[in-house]
Amino acid sequence: MNNAFLPVLTISTFIVLIWYSFSIVLNSSWALDKAERNDQKLSFSELVHDTWSQKKPKLPTPHQVGYEMWKTIFDKKVTSKRSLVYHGWITLSATLAGFMLGTLLGILLALAIVHDKATNLSVMPWIITSQTIPILALAPMIIVVLSSIGFTGLLPKAVISMYLSFFPIVVGMVKGLRSPDLLEIDQMKTWSASQFQILIKLRLPKSIPFLFTSLKLGMAASLVGAIVGELPSGAIAGLGARMLSGSYYGQTIQIWSALFTAAILAASLVGLISIIQAFVFKRMMIVR
Amino acid sequence: MTDETVISAQSLDLTFQTNDGPVHALKDVNLNITKGDFISFIGPSGCGKTTLLRVMADLDQPTDGTITINGVSPKAARESRAYGYVFQSAGLYPWRTIGKNIRLPLEIMGISKSEQKERVEKVLKLVELEDFEKKFPWQLSGGMQQRASIARALAFDADILLMDEPFGALDEIVRDYLNEQLLKLWHSTKKTICFVTHSIPEAVYLSTKIVVMSPRPGRIIDIIESDLPDKRPLEIRDTKEFIDIAQRVREGLRAGHSYE
Repeated sequence: MNNAFLPVLTISTFIVLIWYSFSIVLNSSWALDKAERNDQKLSFSELVHDTWSQKKPKLPTPHQVGYEMWKTIFDKKVTSKRSLVYHGWITLSATLAGFMLGTLLGILLALAIVHDKATNLSVMPWIITSQTIPILALAPMIIVVLSSIGFTGLLPKAVISMYLSFFPIVVGMVKGLRSPDLLEIDQMKTWSASQFQILIKLRLPKSIPFLFTSLKLGMAASLVGAIVGELPSGAIAGLGARMLSGSYYGQTIQIWSALFTAAILAASLVGLISIIQAFVFKRMMIVR
Repeated sequence: MTDETVISAQSLDLTFQTNDGPVHALKDVNLNITKGDFISFIGPSGCGKTTLLRVMADLDQPTDGTITINGVSPKAARESRAYGYVFQSAGLYPWRTIGKNIRLPLEIMGISKSEQKERVEKVLKLVELEDFEKKFPWQLSGGMQQRASIARALAFDADILLMDEPFGALDEIVRDYLNEQLLKLWHSTKKTICFVTHSIPEAVYLSTKIVVMSPRPGRIIDIIESDLPDKRPLEIRDTKEFIDIAQRVREGLRAGHSYE
């Protein structure tokens, strides 16, 4: 962990430098136009200062995004419609609901696929097909169909989340449940173990490392699903809605703040799973 | 010792259908094993010794012929938990302690908690691993892991012990020690043991009966009754009797073209 600090710092510094340079490049035309209209000549330092402090820049600078996030996360009341905590919570709740549904569905499907040949042959191709349909095309239909039968708000977003997150769970769990080798299965047979006992005593414990990898992928996919679910529904709350309204009104700083909040949220959720994983692995003597 | 037949095979045949065509794994195998025997199956790879053991355990099914274990089919014998099977690798679950690993078959068989505890203690004593009940498999050497795996096979007190090259992956020094321990265990438990190996000294040292097998097709070449005394110190391997039996095994293997 410690020896990773310097490389991480180097890369971060590098990214921030590039970012600031691009802010100058992308925002300069607007600054120059403005100066020309006012019959002014801009020195380089004036130009830089202008490009780094516009109200609606093409590319806001890190400190503008940081300040906006600070304002909307810490300074606003969490109940305020302008608080990122409020919007983040809306998205987070849909993410977690979708993640739980997706995990449950994924595990159930994996169990059926591993234990039943017919399910394996008939369902697996559909599962793969499901992921080839662009979610952006599918999301509005899910929302329309669900709202027509009276479901609005959290549930449609959770369903879209689930649609994206069950896939890594199925794939990982099928692999995990099948990971016992022939010897281990034969050994179980010599004890006349039932399929259920083999599942509980052998397959499930052996699938745990696979499950955690899948959970991390599924969590990230869930958040994407929840945000995508907010875009076509005309939602007024949530990080996705924040990005959408930002793009309507050219509020680039707002878009970037929502984007970074989403990224931080995803990183925290995946990090949380990693902590649980470390605890479980330690208890189960799994060496990575 | 009674002359009760425990395992009996008549004109046993087994052909595996593979992508490269049929493989004749066992051909016309006839065999009688009496209660309390220590039988070794020896031969090169592909001679069907492991397949024969797997047929006894109902892990593979013969294509022809009959085989009975305790007078019933291998399937019925397996379901009545008539045998314990020790594989080439210990196959201990890393997430369970040694004690919990030995409990595993007992849990599956629905034996009460208090009896589980009793049995685990008993078999750990038999393989001299009393102090390792709470340890995890990675904390044990390869030889100790294999002893734990033998303890697990003994835990549900089956009369027959089927062992498939249990010491094959271990070095010779550990192997000698485990062979000695296994003989002691056999004396104290009076179990019938079927032991697959490709080591001639191991087979001669352990067995009351040595079954010499040969490949393509897998068949029995010779069955040698050992006249070595029951009590066998490791030094017995330097006696003339021992060397004579080993010589006969070697000749059997040569007659079966096992060296080609």
